Amino acid sequence: MRVLVIEDDQETASFLKRALKEQGHVAEHAADGQTGLELARVNAYDVLIVDRMLPKLDGLAVIGALRAEEIRTPVLILSALGEVDDRVKGLRAGGDDYLTKPYAFSELLARIEALARRTSPEEGSTRFVVGDLVLDRLSHKVTRAGEAIMLQPREFRLLEYLMKHAGQVVTRTMLLENVWDYHFDPQTNVIDVHVSRLRSKIDKNFATPLLHTVRGAGYTIRDSAH
Amino acid sequence: MTALTKLFRTTTFRLSLTYLALFGAAAAVAIFYIYWNTTVLLTRQLHDTIDAELKGLAEQYSAGGLTRLVSTVADRSRTPGNSLYFVADAEGRRVAGNLSAITEELSQSLGPVEFEYSRPAEGGIETRLAFANVFKLPGGYRLIVGRDIEDRRELARVIRSAMLWGLGVMALFGIGGGYLVSRNLLARIDAVSATTRTIMEGDLTGRLPVNGSGDELDRLSQNLNLMLARIEQLMAGLREVSDNIAHDLKTPLSRLRNRVEAALREPYAEPAYREALERTIEEADGLIKTFNALLSIARLEAGAAGDNKESLDVSELVRDVAELYEPVAEERGIMLKADAVGPVYTRADRQLLGQAIANLIDNALKYGAPDRTESANGVVPEVSVTAGAAGSMAEIAVTDRGPGVPAGERERVLGRFVRLEASRSEPGSGLGLSLVAAVARLHGGALRLEDNDPGLKVILSLPTEAQPRANGSAKQAAPGSELRPA
Repeated sequence: MRVLVIEDDQETASFLKRALKEQGHVAEHAADGQTGLELARVNAYDVLIVDRMLPKLDGLAVIGALRAEEIRTPVLILSALGEVDDRVKGLRAGGDDYLTKPYAFSELLARIEALARRTSPEEGSTRFVVGDLVLDRLSHKVTRAGEAIMLQPREFRLLEYLMKHAGQVVTRTMLLENVWDYHFDPQTNVIDVHVSRLRSKIDKNFATPLLHTVRGAGYTIRDSAH
Repeated sequence: MTALTKLFRTTTFRLSLTYLALFGAAAAVAIFYIYWNTTVLLTRQLHDTIDAELKGLAEQYSAGGLTRLVSTVADRSRTPGNSLYFVADAEGRRVAGNLSAITEELSQSLGPVEFEYSRPAEGGIETRLAFANVFKLPGGYRLIVGRDIEDRRELARVIRSAMLWGLGVMALFGIGGGYLVSRNLLARIDAVSATTRTIMEGDLTGRLPVNGSGDELDRLSQNLNLMLARIEQLMAGLREVSDNIAHDLKTPLSRLRNRVEAALREPYAEPAYREALERTIEEADGLIKTFNALLSIARLEAGAAGDNKESLDVSELVRDVAELYEPVAEERGIMLKADAVGPVYTRADRQLLGQAIANLIDNALKYGAPDRTESANGVVPEVSVTAGAAGSMAEIAVTDRGPGVPAGERERVLGRFVRLEASRSEPGSGLGLSLVAAVARLHGGALRLEDNDPGLKVILSLPTEAQPRANGSAKQAAPGSELRPA
């Protein structure tokens, strides 16, 4: 994955570059909005990580300029402004996701991987398949090894989101935001309990577990046989 | 002098002067108009009278010639009145008439003429103004018929002096009145300025004087006082927050620092280092959470949030959030019941209200369970969430069967960082209820705590909206679509 980091704080930028490289990604860096915009115009990146407050041209203006030129590269906005209103402003400006500083790197990584995958054809498919687990988005039916699994509507959407991002790490915050549409901290480990309920329905009576916990990051659904 | 200059510069004083000038001009025009019309009328009367006299004399002259005319003039001159007659021969000598003599100028002129003449009066001779018509008769004779118009001159004088006096008095009263009113107003404005200066110097307890007259200045002062009270309250809140930050953020910060320092003092061992670092991240995350919550509350209280209000069904949101917490409740062995059926619409920010409801449920689950020993007698602890309309308010109530909050503490627990002794063992920052209270205030609602006997009942009330407006953002998107704000 080729990532452009537009961030004026040198230390944050080099931390991000190093961490992304450790994960096997190619990371480039622009220290101000103007340079960032020019790089994003010329090169094909999979994801842009844009700080909201930048010298020369602020983050939202960079995104606005790119979108005006029909450059649809997914953008993750990084900002110290974390209120709901700020978020909405960022997404309206053309950002695809919003992460508040300070953040855990695992959270950022999971989000940019989800963003880069968004452009894949799986987005529009009506069936998700992971191993012998099948989710049909049209008939709202879930089967494992041909056996029907009964899920509550919310459990269905939770599984659907996990399967759409199969093989990727999905964080608790991402689940809370995308499955429940809540952008606040629920104080308690509510998501964990929901996931463990789902796990008991899809994994309990089968030999190979599909839903895995990624320590310190979140969850992932994948067929471990592969 | 500066005080006087200041006075002259006041709006009231300038306004008085303007009105004075306008009114003075209007009065002068009115008086002049009356004077002018009167003069025209009097002149016409004068001409008519003289014409009538002349007509009579002309008849006499045509009937009996000069002799008859002279005798008639002499006759008429004897009757006292304002009419003046004079018949002069070719040398200008008087033949008949009641004018004692005529001036050279008068004897030379012909037609209508205005002149001054003298006549005996009490204590001497007085000079009076007259108007006359002069005719030439055959043989160098002249006939002068006129009337005394000294009264008219007198009238003009009277009107002129009345006008001068009137305007003078008016100016005096106008300026004097303006001065008094302005001085009064200026005194009050000065009092207000003095108060604002003390406030600017940092003393927020100052209030503008209100004299109880209920006039516009009083009303303005009252409103400004209310504003000052609100500012004072906000400032006090801010001070309180900084004190609290000092207390409640420094503790975990020093804990964090101590742990890192302790780890560094130990000889290098990877597992120990790793553990210390992990604990440090945990502690930092906790600090960030607390910090975020504090910022949110501050923003809510400053009214700097809530731009994304929409019409929403409180019942639906309550059911939604309760569903989020239901598995957690079950895991803790608590029965979470949501009773929110009928739609109750309000105008609110879904995220903020959702967080408020989540905080209330989270609190009830954490602190609302009875002591383990008590729950052992087979009763399942219960937390119930309800939504409904009470008058013009939508009420969300969260009740539990826990130890409750003593009546005296109910107001206090809404403050920031306040945690009751009994709850110290549970994790938490003591900001949950303050955030709910701030959300309630931002939406024009309120938060109150009541006794559930046993347990606690927390009621969040918000103004209802009678007619739900069209919703901009999708509340219930079709399964499978990722939910993102539009």
